[in-house]
Amino acid sequence: MIFGRTERGKPPVEPVTLKILVAGGFGVGKTTLVGAVSEIRPLRTEELLTEAGRPVDDTSGVEGKHTTTVAMDFGRITLREDLVLYLFGTPGQERFWFMWDELSEGSLGAVVLADTRRLEDCFAALDYFERRSIPFVVGVNCFEGADRYPVDAVRQALDLDEDVPLMLCDARDRSSVKEVLIEVVQHAMAYGAKRRQSVTS
Amino acid sequence: MTRGRTTSPAQHRLDLIAVVIAESHEDDSEADQTLSPEHVDIVGLCRDAPQSVAELAAELDLPIGVIRVLIGDLVDGELVHVSRPVPPAELVDESILRDVISGLRAL
Repeated sequence: MIFGRTERGKPPVEPVTLKILVAGGFGVGKTTLVGAVSEIRPLRTEELLTEAGRPVDDTSGVEGKHTTTVAMDFGRITLREDLVLYLFGTPGQERFWFMWDELSEGSLGAVVLADTRRLEDCFAALDYFERRSIPFVVGVNCFEGADRYPVDAVRQALDLDEDVPLMLCDARDRSSVKEVLIEVVQHAMAYGAKRRQSVTS
Repeated sequence: MTRGRTTSPAQHRLDLIAVVIAESHEDDSEADQTLSPEHVDIVGLCRDAPQSVAELAAELDLPIGVIRVLIGDLVDGELVHVSRPVPPAELVDESILRDVISGLRAL
């Protein structure tokens, strides 16, 4: 998608759009990762919630408040004039998972970002994608000051299936994030091929 | 703005990455009295370049649900049309995935 005015009279190219989700616990670097590769500053879109959050949200004192906002950060990568990839950071709180259902529909795959200091924060996301058979890779965000663990140890701690790729990454680093995204697509390809095989055989 | 509507009739849910394209024949949306300023904004943005639903919502700072209703109006009025994203069944299309990988490599 190219900015700037398209010539009048010439129909604009209608790009094919794809999306990859970026999930993980609060503060694990989802928006940083999106920002590292996005050609636009990560944009924020919001959805107003009405009743959905009521049992959970403590609105005492603000009884006039009937809506909550769920924010999603997203970025865009134009791969070709007619091929655009969107990255969506999923809302962190678990009670917004109905938003995930909408986001994950038609998604190419997902990145689950993990922080070795708070591995348990990403369990919910792993569970979610496993259950819905959405191909995902785990990216262990290497925070400065966090201990580095061998990949195998992290894999074991997360109890990952052996065919789920796990890689160390730096969410701030463009080339590192690029590698992670390529891995997602490759994994999605392998995953699709495997599924087709199991259907036909 | 949506006059109380939360869904657009006859319009199935627009995906966040569905792309909205301005109809090229339409050049006078500003003159159409039935449109709100937000409708006009959407058409204007899409005329510059096709925009995804998510981008329009972010750009105009409106909730997704509102944007969906407004886009539904514009589709009904034939001011824009919407191209749907790749359906999930075709996501396994290897040639598209290969293009994505080579595109990412080339970044």
